Amino acid sequence: MGVVMSEATTTPATVGDVLTRPPADVPEDADATPEPDPEQRDVVFELRNVEISYSGVTAVRDVNLDVVAHQITAFIGPSGCGKTTVLRSLNRMHDITPGAAVRGSITYHGEDLYGPKVDAAEVRRRIGMVFQKPNPFPKSIHDNVAYGPRINGQRRGDLDDLVQQALERAALWDEVKDKLKKSALGLSGGQQQRLCIARAIAVQPDVILMDEPCSALDPIATARIEDLMEELKNQYTIVIVTHNMQQAARVSDRTAFFTAEVTDGQRVGKLVEFDDTERIFTQPSDPRTEGYITGRFG
Amino acid sequence: MTVSTLSPPARPSIAGPGRTTGGRRFRNALATLLIVAAVVTAMIPLIWVVVFVVQKGGEVFSWHFLTSDIPIISQSLGGGMWPAIVGTLVITGGATLMAVPLGVLGGIYLNEYGQKSHFARVIRFLSEVMTGVPSIVMGLFVYTIWVLRFKEQTGFAGALALACLMLPVVIRTTEEMLRLVPSELREGSYALGSRKVRTIRTVVLPEAAPGIVSGALLAVARAAGETAPLLFTIGIVTKPNWNLFEGSNTALSAQIFRNASSPFVGAQARAYGAALTLIVIVFLFTALARVFTVLYSRRVAGGM
Repeated sequence: MGVVMSEATTTPATVGDVLTRPPADVPEDADATPEPDPEQRDVVFELRNVEISYSGVTAVRDVNLDVVAHQITAFIGPSGCGKTTVLRSLNRMHDITPGAAVRGSITYHGEDLYGPKVDAAEVRRRIGMVFQKPNPFPKSIHDNVAYGPRINGQRRGDLDDLVQQALERAALWDEVKDKLKKSALGLSGGQQQRLCIARAIAVQPDVILMDEPCSALDPIATARIEDLMEELKNQYTIVIVTHNMQQAARVSDRTAFFTAEVTDGQRVGKLVEFDDTERIFTQPSDPRTEGYITGRFG
Repeated sequence: MTVSTLSPPARPSIAGPGRTTGGRRFRNALATLLIVAAVVTAMIPLIWVVVFVVQKGGEVFSWHFLTSDIPIISQSLGGGMWPAIVGTLVITGGATLMAVPLGVLGGIYLNEYGQKSHFARVIRFLSEVMTGVPSIVMGLFVYTIWVLRFKEQTGFAGALALACLMLPVVIRTTEEMLRLVPSELREGSYALGSRKVRTIRTVVLPEAAPGIVSGALLAVARAAGETAPLLFTIGIVTKPNWNLFEGSNTALSAQIFRNASSPFVGAQARAYGAALTLIVIVFLFTALARVFTVLYSRRVAGGM
């Protein structure tokens, strides 16, 4: 096994334990409690002066933001502003892109995510990801969900239970329980995306990153996924990239607005504003944010 | 929004002139005719060869032919091709065992690890060049480095030459097939904490397997019919030799070459018989691999 990343990440005793335990550090009724003091928030990611480049060409720079546990953080902004680039830096997905480089500091529960001893595969076990296009493996539904746990050395015995629980959490169980052995490719787009969420949940991550998870789905499937996110945030920290501002307004607690600026003939993404979603959508402090959310550009 | 004050464009009838006039119809008919003619022309030699070989070979083709030894004196009538069948099977089998695993691993290296590195580029270039090397050169090469050193013509030497011939084909098709695997699948696997080797083994290879099998099979079928690499390397026998590493051997292709260039009627009949036998063997293997591929992909897809 790889490096232990953080004391804040609990090591689950058993599978069922983790999937069914009540959310540990979230109050019963999160909405009713007043905003906790920022000092006491459980910060999952801390990004400071982050700059990401591909083969020497800067894609996004000056990113400073904190992602807080058990919240949904949304990244919005026009195309090419670096939202997805920043998202993929959070689980070291750039490691597999030749030429990609991350500068600045990104910490995960206080530990340097890009430290020399950090094992990227271990990072991705803690920080799951759901992609823009549903990408189930060309295997059976069961094997898709069981893929992650099998990597972690999970044996046959409790695998079936784990698969069922993950599918239940992803609100897909009732639709697929009679065809677990069938190919995942036979599912509809919305079902495939929920399967991908189930697949991510099955490895019991700490964070789930979602890269425009609904852009390929119809409004009904989108609504189902949004409901699901609302439910999942009790247990997981979610960061979502979305092109859909209404979606950000509906589901997220905090919103980061990115934009692209042309300097020296180069498009470079920048973080413009990061605040509570309500503030961003009602009284943004930056005129560019206001322009974007009111539909004046982008 | 401002409403455009421009007048709407004129809307000509969809049945307007110039769309279905005689000229267009004529060109359509001509193109169709040419395409059909091209297909028929391409089929003529193919069907002709098969019909011809079946006709000529059918005269001697029998159970006796398949199971008898090759006559020692080539003037004699009758006899069979059993030793050549044995030779073709062990030599091609040996070549496959050497070339396919090596070639598949090489293709995996090129697409999954080397990618655009200098080393990978060099290998890619060399394997391309190797594809164009005439097969007789492979035979001479193995003759020089193997047969001359060990002072013996063996089935293994022939298998080495065939493997040299198959290797670049297998490398290239494997790389091509792996390139077709969508990167989303790899990312999906990595995002679950899977490492590279595991991702390749459990996600990438199963997805590319049908294509790799087809490519390898094409290489095997081609190697089974090769004559030139075997001319100097395997020698000649008239009794079956199952041992790849000891003693001379023979193969169907080598027998076709020897017997067809002989002036005797019996030998020429055996050449046609051997040709038919080779076609049947290659056909059986191709059909078998097709069935295997279909069954495999059905199993992976889990039956939709």
